[in-house]
Amino acid sequence: MIFAEPRFATAILDERDLAGLADANDELDRIVARLLSRRPDIKLLFLVGSCPSEVIKLDLARAASRLSKIHAPSTRVLNYSGSGIETTFTQGEDACLASLVPELPAQHLSSAKSLLVVGSLADVVEDQFRRIFDQLGIPVHFLPPRRAEDLPPIGQNTYFLLAQPFLGETAKALEERGAKLLPSMMPLGAEGTTEWLRAAAIAWKIPDDRFYGVVAPLEERARAAVKRREPTVSRKSIFFFPDSQLEPALARFVSRELSMRPIEVGSPYLHRQHTAIDIGRLPQDVVLSEGQDVERQIDRCRKADPDIVVCGLGLANPFEAEGLTTKWSIEFLFTPIQGYEQAGDLAELFARPLVRRARLEV
Amino acid sequence: MQLTLWTYEGPPHVGAMRVATAMKGVHFVIHAPQGDTYADLLFTMIERNSARPPVTYTTFQARDLGGDTANLFKTAARDAYERFKPDILLVGASCTAELLQDDPGGLASALDLPVLVVPLELPAYQKKENWGAAETFYRLVRACARPKATPTDKHPDEAKRSSSCNILGPTALGFRHRDDVTEIRKLIESLGVKVNCVAPLGATRDDLARLSEADFNVVLYPEVAETAARWLQRTFGQPMLRMPPIGVGATRQFIEELARLANITPNAIRAAENCRLPWYSQSVDSNYLTGKRVFVFGDATHAIAAARICHRELGFSVVGLGTYSREFAREVRDVAAEFGLEALITDDYLEVETAIQELHPELVLGSQMERHIAKRFGIASAVISAPMHVQDFPARYSPQMGFEGANVLFDSWVHPLMMGLEEHLLTMFRDDFEFNDASTPSHLGHASPTSKPAPRKNEESHAGTQSPLAWEADAENELKKIPFFVRGKARRNTERYAAERGVATVTRETLYDAKAYYAR
Repeated sequence: MIFAEPRFATAILDERDLAGLADANDELDRIVARLLSRRPDIKLLFLVGSCPSEVIKLDLARAASRLSKIHAPSTRVLNYSGSGIETTFTQGEDACLASLVPELPAQHLSSAKSLLVVGSLADVVEDQFRRIFDQLGIPVHFLPPRRAEDLPPIGQNTYFLLAQPFLGETAKALEERGAKLLPSMMPLGAEGTTEWLRAAAIAWKIPDDRFYGVVAPLEERARAAVKRREPTVSRKSIFFFPDSQLEPALARFVSRELSMRPIEVGSPYLHRQHTAIDIGRLPQDVVLSEGQDVERQIDRCRKADPDIVVCGLGLANPFEAEGLTTKWSIEFLFTPIQGYEQAGDLAELFARPLVRRARLEV
Repeated sequence: MQLTLWTYEGPPHVGAMRVATAMKGVHFVIHAPQGDTYADLLFTMIERNSARPPVTYTTFQARDLGGDTANLFKTAARDAYERFKPDILLVGASCTAELLQDDPGGLASALDLPVLVVPLELPAYQKKENWGAAETFYRLVRACARPKATPTDKHPDEAKRSSSCNILGPTALGFRHRDDVTEIRKLIESLGVKVNCVAPLGATRDDLARLSEADFNVVLYPEVAETAARWLQRTFGQPMLRMPPIGVGATRQFIEELARLANITPNAIRAAENCRLPWYSQSVDSNYLTGKRVFVFGDATHAIAAARICHRELGFSVVGLGTYSREFAREVRDVAAEFGLEALITDDYLEVETAIQELHPELVLGSQMERHIAKRFGIASAVISAPMHVQDFPARYSPQMGFEGANVLFDSWVHPLMMGLEEHLLTMFRDDFEFNDASTPSHLGHASPTSKPAPRKNEESHAGTQSPLAWEADAENELKKIPFFVRGKARRNTERYAAERGVATVTRETLYDAKAYYAR
């Protein structure tokens, strides 16, 4: 069992804060000072608004700029809303990255065109992408960077690729600073990864033969890895509950590379522009649903009786107990799934629950 | 505001969910944003429940805030009633919705639904999870319990009639509640006393209605059941057996008290007492348990029981006792005083961490949070209380209460420690490759040998105020001859001894002076 202190702490509001007996800003200053004295290794601290702090309209932006001054230069303090009133958990990543954008240093006007890959990726995936872009001759930075002090530069000559489909606010903030979005498929599966890389290759006017010279062997290896799982999952029906916002891209991958049959693809929120290419490749008869009406969706799911259900942790065990096979959607965020070398792992995530159910004799 | 890395208890609506989920035919409509729906997975993932908790969230959004959130609540309550057709509809608000002041109780009663509606007031900024569970259970009992039907004519064998009791307190997501109920029900029935109802776990509205038919109430978990049991005592004159039977001594007392309330003689069960803890504790290998320094922290019920068991039944020394259950602070303080200690009453994980660090215990009995602290400091530990981990819902039968519970406690608290003979083997063969300094207890082979206590720099502040002591090479070598698992303590004691006497350099003599001084 792994047990580590979380990378977040909570400043709990109590009655004194609500009754105005304690000054919320003084309290916040005190708590941040205590946290930083305990963890002097913290270089970047985010103040994250929660549901109650949003309802009582605690001004965390002002608090963050005040605290930044107090704790400069050792620690920078930023803020964003992570409240569950409006947002699903992946939108927290969006809000967090968006809050970093104003901090990015400005690129020189004269500097050459550079690529920014936006969205948190596992280190191993980032290294793979970096090697590919190096081979293609495309200078690349990543947001978020691995270390808080290595923020990538940004400006008119920055082109960016989204590595996650849920980064609407971040994309908007980047565009406001002059960066240009390269619309693409999400880098999931062999096809998705090639299409994603190709969006950058086109912007850099890299000839097709050179591009495919670099990626074709990688794509082939990825397709072979995915193919090994296909017999297990092929023609199986799949039903997505809204959870991570990765659902459209995942559905595209399972239908086109694993021959699965998506029945319904639910997503908590669909960013039409950023998911357009993935959605465009879905089979015509797929039901797309946005937002949460969980009871009715459960009714539809039971009626459809899919071979596998992708859903959140609150629903998974109850569905399993009903005899449905499930896959936790959270694993698509915790597991490195992007890029060629992870395409087989991604396929395996869909195959494993089916293999397990077939294997168990209890 | 309070800084925390983890919290011991959730907000009160989670306590209400624990009661609703435990019962049958109850549905809870909670005015809450989407973000609060995570609470479902406490039940489906940590406890591995095979059904969703019977809870509907209104999931209002930011754009609803200026508008008609009350209407959202009414729609959700009406839909939930139509879909689930419960016997009881609980209604309340989460922390965020409390700020909206929509009055879910009033809204629900305005709907005039053909169902018993029980409104809950759950002040999220004052109270916590266990209070929420106690309040919810109390409200449900008040709303459902009916006076005992007046007996038309007394049964001729009234005197021979076996007495009966209710078992109150077990909930969903409780620490070993499932197995405790099985164990205690068996114990009570073996004494010839009937169990009228168990509640909230598995209880229906009808069960609550006939609570008054029992002769007395067994309050298994005072954190949850005491408020309701006091009301039952006032209203129906049912006495309360408030003696959680955790440990051999407490179980014996429980039986005596139960026998008194049920008017029976407890001798039979005492004769058949089938518990291995007393003999295991008396057997020679357990000598090494004597005086082991133990730190205890948890909910009040489990912390108090653990401290007494450690002291009386295992021969440990309790060096720290505390609870996060503020409602039961006085009780814990009184018990701590029995051990000459001042109780630590806090829900601040960092305060508990500091206390453990200062007390240098050899064993920590606590919740998951204390298990984490202990792991960080390299101290043996066992979990005795919520909050807990999925591993604290074991597949095997593993009660904490009754005589079988005492057996479980012996095993789970003693096994993390180095065994008696093992200590000697380590000293004798410490140059052997298998018994080197980094060895962990042989039965804990998976433990990483590198996980030594590594306190961070800023945490050594109390030691850092003095100039660092120099150790002569001879003294260092002598220190290395001491078994590694007590070496840290020997070093600290020696340094403390030296510092108090203004000794600048620790010699071999200082080491033995300190050893003699601190000899217990």
